[in-house]
Amino acid sequence: MDNATIDQIIDKHHGEASSLIQILLEIQGQNHWLPKEALERISERLEVPFTRIQHIATFYKAFSLVPKGRHEVHICMGTACHVRGAQRVLETVEDLTGIKPGETDLDLKYSLEIVNCLGCCALGPVMEIDGTVHGNMTPATTRDALKKYE
Amino acid sequence: MDEILLTIDGKEVAANEGMTILEAAQKIGIYIPTLCHHELLEPYGACRLCMVEIENRGRIQYVASCLYPVENNLVVRTRSEKVDKIRKMILELLLAHAPDSRDLKELAEEYGADRNRFDREASFCVHCGLCVRYCAEVKQKFAVGFVDRGTRREISFVPKIAAEECWKCKECFPLCPTEALQAAYVYVQDITAKSPFKLVL
Amino acid sequence: MALLNSLEELDKLKQELLSRKDPNKPCISICAGAGCIASGAGEVIAAFEAEIKKQGLSARVETKGTGCPGYCQRGPVVVIYPEEICYLQVKPEDVPEIIEETIKGKKIVERLVYIDPDTEEKATLESEIPFYKYQERLNLSNNIKIDPKSLDDYLAIGGYSALAKVLFQMTPEQVIDEIKKSNLRGRGGAGFPAGIKWEGSRNAPETTKYVIVNADEGDPGAFMDRALLEGNPHSILEGLAIGAYAIGAQEGYIYVRQEYPLAVENIGIAIEKATEYGFLGENILGSGFNFKVMVHQGAGAFVCGESTALMTALEGRAGEPRPKYIRSNIRGLWEKPTVLNNVETWANVPMIINKGADWFTQIGTDGSKGTKIFALVGKINNTGLVEVPMGMPIRDIIYKIGGGIPGGKKFKAVQTGGPSGGCLPENLLDLPVGFDELVQAGSMMGSGGMIVMDEDTCMVDVARYFLNFLTDESCGKCVPCREGIRQMLKILTDITEGKGKEGDIELLEEIAEVTGTAALCALGKSAPNPVLSTLKYFREEYEAHIREKRCPALSCKDLIAFYIDPDLCRACMACLRKCPAGAIVGAKKQIHVVEQEKCTKCGTCFEVCRFDAVKKISGEPVPPPLPEEERTLTRKGKE
Repeated sequence: MDNATIDQIIDKHHGEASSLIQILLEIQGQNHWLPKEALERISERLEVPFTRIQHIATFYKAFSLVPKGRHEVHICMGTACHVRGAQRVLETVEDLTGIKPGETDLDLKYSLEIVNCLGCCALGPVMEIDGTVHGNMTPATTRDALKKYE
Repeated sequence: MDEILLTIDGKEVAANEGMTILEAAQKIGIYIPTLCHHELLEPYGACRLCMVEIENRGRIQYVASCLYPVENNLVVRTRSEKVDKIRKMILELLLAHAPDSRDLKELAEEYGADRNRFDREASFCVHCGLCVRYCAEVKQKFAVGFVDRGTRREISFVPKIAAEECWKCKECFPLCPTEALQAAYVYVQDITAKSPFKLVL
Repeated sequence: MALLNSLEELDKLKQELLSRKDPNKPCISICAGAGCIASGAGEVIAAFEAEIKKQGLSARVETKGTGCPGYCQRGPVVVIYPEEICYLQVKPEDVPEIIEETIKGKKIVERLVYIDPDTEEKATLESEIPFYKYQERLNLSNNIKIDPKSLDDYLAIGGYSALAKVLFQMTPEQVIDEIKKSNLRGRGGAGFPAGIKWEGSRNAPETTKYVIVNADEGDPGAFMDRALLEGNPHSILEGLAIGAYAIGAQEGYIYVRQEYPLAVENIGIAIEKATEYGFLGENILGSGFNFKVMVHQGAGAFVCGESTALMTALEGRAGEPRPKYIRSNIRGLWEKPTVLNNVETWANVPMIINKGADWFTQIGTDGSKGTKIFALVGKINNTGLVEVPMGMPIRDIIYKIGGGIPGGKKFKAVQTGGPSGGCLPENLLDLPVGFDELVQAGSMMGSGGMIVMDEDTCMVDVARYFLNFLTDESCGKCVPCREGIRQMLKILTDITEGKGKEGDIELLEEIAEVTGTAALCALGKSAPNPVLSTLKYFREEYEAHIREKRCPALSCKDLIAFYIDPDLCRACMACLRKCPAGAIVGAKKQIHVVEQEKCTKCGTCFEVCRFDAVKKISGEPVPPPLPEEERTLTRKGKE
C-alpha cells in the first residue's frame, strides 16, 4: 500500500487523531493487513505517538499485522455454537490446516480466526469461509466444506 | 476551596476538594500500599493494591484509594479482613510472574501472601505501567508502550525511538517494581532490527 | 426530497405517502437478516424478483427484503401482505408456485405454512404460529413490514411522529419526566433507569453534551441489536434525537461493531436519508433544534461494550475502561456529559413518547417495565429472536415459544446475561424475567442472550468457556481481572481435563470474590459470575470431575471414552468409514472395535451408528475388546 493511498484515507477523515481507529479499519479493509510502514505514516501524519498506534493495532481483533491467506475461515465460538459442538469443528479445521486461530499457513492458503457469534445461531455450529456461512457443521461436513476451497 | 472532613482509620482528616483518599491518608501519615501509583503521573488504578473499605450513608464499598475522591463524612478503613484478603490475593497473583521482586516480597510478608500459591509463570512484568506512563507523561518520548490485551498484554519498546532516547535517559529503570526493565532494554537493543510487535520481556 | 421545514410539511408528506399507498396491493416481504441470508434468503429474493419480472407483475406486486422478524429456525421467512400469510423455509423453487397460487390466485400454498409438530394443525398467519402468538413484539413486529433502506416506509408506519411531538409540544424537562415515569431501564446490561441518567446530563453545567448508541453487541449468542439496526434503523435514530433534545446534546454517535456490515450500511443510509428530509441536521423540522449523528465502527473488542471503554475507543484509543469514580453522564466522552444507551433502549423511546408512560408501565413487572428481546438459542427447537413482556416465566419462553428441547433430551440450564451472567437450573424455570429477578438468582439480564442447555452440556465446561472468552477479551489493565481470570481459567481447564484436585473449588471461590470486588470495571467485576453461578447450582458436577474424574454430561474429552458394544454392533462399517482418525478396526461381518490410543473423541462414530452400539462412558474403565477370534458376526436367525 503506497503513501498516496494512505494519505487519501487520512484526508477523508480530515486528519483527525480521533479517527485513528476508523482510518486503520479502512486500511485493513483495503489491504487486508497493516504494514509497519503504513502505521509509521499514520503516526507522522496524525501526530499520534507510535506506541498508541501499536497498542490499538494489537488491541482490536479486526487488525492484522501480518498478511492474510487467500481464504478466511471463521469458526463461530458463540455460546449457542459452543453448546452445539463448535469446539469439534475448530479442532477439525486445526487438524486439516495445521494452523491455530489467529494464524495463516505458510502457503497463504488459509487464515483461521474464531469469532463470537455471527448471529445465525439457528444453524449452529457455524463456519464462515470468505463470507459464506456453512451451517450445522460436524467434523465430517467441515472436512468436505474445506476441501472445496483451493 | 471548601474543606472536606472525613475519617480514615478513626482519625479525622481535613482534605481539599479533588484530593483522593490516598492523598488524604498520606497527609496524616497513614500508609496504603501501592504499586502503580506515582505522584508525578496521572492516577492509573491498575494494581488495585490500594483498595480500601469505605462507608457512606451505611453502605460499604471497596474502592481504589488512588482514584476515589474524598467526600464529606466518608469513613475509610485502610485495613480490614476483606481489604487484607484482596491485597493478599493480588500479591499472590503477581508473585507468580515476579517471584523475586523485592517490593512484592516485602508486601507479601505483611499480608501473609504465599509466593508459591500459583504456578510460576515468570514474565517479570506486573503491568504497573510506570515505565510506559513516565515515558509518555513526564518525558514525552513514547519509547515504550503496551501491546495486545487480556492475558497477552505486554510492554514493548519502539526500537527506533528507544535506540535514540533510552540510552541517555533510563529514568524509568528505578521505577520498575520488579527491576525487570533493564534486562528488557538490553534485550531490545539486541533485536532492534526485528519487528517491534513481537518482542518483549 | 426537499427539506421538511415545519410540522405541517411533515403531515402533508405523511398524507401523501398514505394516499399513494394502495392497502390491497400485494407485498412480498422476505427476511434478509443474517440467519435467513445464511439459509438462502438472497437466492429467494432474487427468484421473486425474476419471477415477477418474467410475469410482468412489477407494477402490481411489491417485493421487499426486510429486517429479521425473529423466526430464524424456519428461515427464510416470507410474509405476504395484505393477508399476512406466512411461509416458512421457502426455497427458490417454491417461488413460481407462490406467485401463481397466492399472488394471482389468492390461495394458500399449504405445504409452506407452519404445521404444529404435536397437533399437526396448520397456521397460515404469522399471528397464529405459536412462536409468535405468545410474544409481545412492540419492537420486532415492524421489522418485516418495512424496507430498512426506505424512510418513506418508516414514515408510513408513523415514524418520526414522536420526534415531531417532542420538538413542538414538549419541553426537554417534560420528555425526561415522561421517560422517568415510564421507568425505562437500560436494555444493555445493568438496567440503569434511563430517565435518571438523562436528567443527570441535562442538569450538568457544561453546554457541550453527547448522546451515544451502544451497538457494540458483543455477548456471544446475542443478536437482537443487530436485528433492530439492520431492520429498523430509523427507530433508533428517532429515539436518539429525542434523547439529544431532552438532555441538550447537538451531536450523537452510533458505535457499531464492524462485524455487522449490513447494520453499518443500513444505519449509514438512514442517517443520510434522515438528514436529507430534515429529521437530522440544522434546524430540525423548523424547530430550531440542531442534531447530527456520526457512525463509529468498533474494531473488535468485547470490553468496548462497557460504556467508559466505548467512549475511550470513540476518542481513538485502545478501549480501556476509565478508572475514575465519576459517572459518564456527568463526565463522559471528551470529558463532557454523555448519555449512552443501548440500541434496544433507544428504540423504545419513540414508542413511549407516542403512547405515553402510562401505556408503557402497564406492560411488565413492578421493577421492569415494557418488553425485552431475547436471543433464544442453543439446545432449543425454535431458535430465534423473541420479544416478550417483562415478567414472563422463563419456562413459557423456552417451552411455549421455543418449543422445548430437541431430540427428547432433558433440560439442564439456561444461561442469560452473556459472559457477565449466569446459568439457572430447572427449579428456577418459573422465575419471571426481569432485571432484579435475574440478579437475585445469580445471573443478569445483560443484553438478552438466552442460551438453553440440555443434559449433554457440561456446566464446568460452560464456566471454562466463558472464562476462556474473557481471558481474550479483558483489556488486561487491572490485576484482579487479568490475573484472576488467568488463574480461574487454569483451574477450570485442569478440572475439565481430569487434573482437578481437592481445594480447587475453594480456591476458585476465593479468586472469584477478589476479582468480583477489586476489578476496575464492570467486565472484571462480573467475570466470576459464570463460575459462581455454576458452582451454586451445579456444584456436584465440579465434584464429580475432581473426585471421580467423571464428566456427568459425557462432554469433557479427557474424561470420556467411546467403545462399541459387541452385542449391538452389526459390523455395518458406517463408523469405521467415517472415523477421521482411523481409530476403528473391523471389517464386514467383523465386530468393530475402537482403538483407544488412536481415538480423538470427536464423536463421529457415536453420531453415525444406527444401532446404538457406540457407547460414551466416563469415570469407568473401558471394557476390554473381544478377542480377535470372537469378533466374527454370527447372523441371528429371523425372528
